[in-house]
Amino acid sequence: MPMDESVRKAVLSAIPSLRAFAISLCGNVDRADDLVQETLLRALANIDSFQPGTNMSAWLFTILRNHFRSEYRKRRREVEDGDGHYAETLKSQPEQYGQVEFKEFKDALNQLPQDQREALILVGASGFSYEEAANICGCAVGTIKSRVNRARTRLAELMHVNSAEDFGPDETVRAVLAGGGE
Amino acid sequence: MNDERKPVGQQKPMEAAATRKKVNAKPAKLGRDVQARLGQQLRAMYDEVVSQGVPDRFSDLLNRIDGNNSKEGQ
Repeated sequence: MPMDESVRKAVLSAIPSLRAFAISLCGNVDRADDLVQETLLRALANIDSFQPGTNMSAWLFTILRNHFRSEYRKRRREVEDGDGHYAETLKSQPEQYGQVEFKEFKDALNQLPQDQREALILVGASGFSYEEAANICGCAVGTIKSRVNRARTRLAELMHVNSAEDFGPDETVRAVLAGGGE
Repeated sequence: MNDERKPVGQQKPMEAAATRKKVNAKPAKLGRDVQARLGQQLRAMYDEVVSQGVPDRFSDLLNRIDGNNSKEGQ
């Protein structure tokens, strides 16, 4: 039986976001793409357990996260090289932010505990509701909310940000300040 | 009494450092502007990957699975 066209479309349209989430979990693009591939194989082998009309993206995220937790999490520490992460996927930095600030942000994000980082990404970047994120992570909605709050607070701490003015004006000025201060 | 009139810049370095440290040590509740900025950066990072679309290896994978299923079904 060929794949149902609507299933195929839903899976395809979920892949870009699924990759972004996988990279945030794995910290490495190649491993993330392997994780996405294994997720797709598992999902399509069990497509009967997908309930039509429900959110395909959330279903795939759940499978990916569970697979990562059972297979990949241990391996991450073994191969993690300390940098790379998202940086290596970025061919061009977003123009509107200084590159120093953007790197600081990514470094800070990588220092968050796994639970907090994934909650923040699901809600703040993937666009899932707190309820959907709670389903994906298999925990209570209140737990997700608290993880997201702690993640934001910790990020600001790590970046030494107390107000929006603390974000540097731009890279050049920050470089000058860093060179002359303390 | 004269403390009020202490010229700007005469604050002892130690005090200044202590004040700064105290502020940093207590993030309190994040302002909306800070949350907004962190959110922007998070999405900028994420969307950079999303904007790469679907790599060939995944569309090929779906085609392959689809093809296999079709053969089995015939």
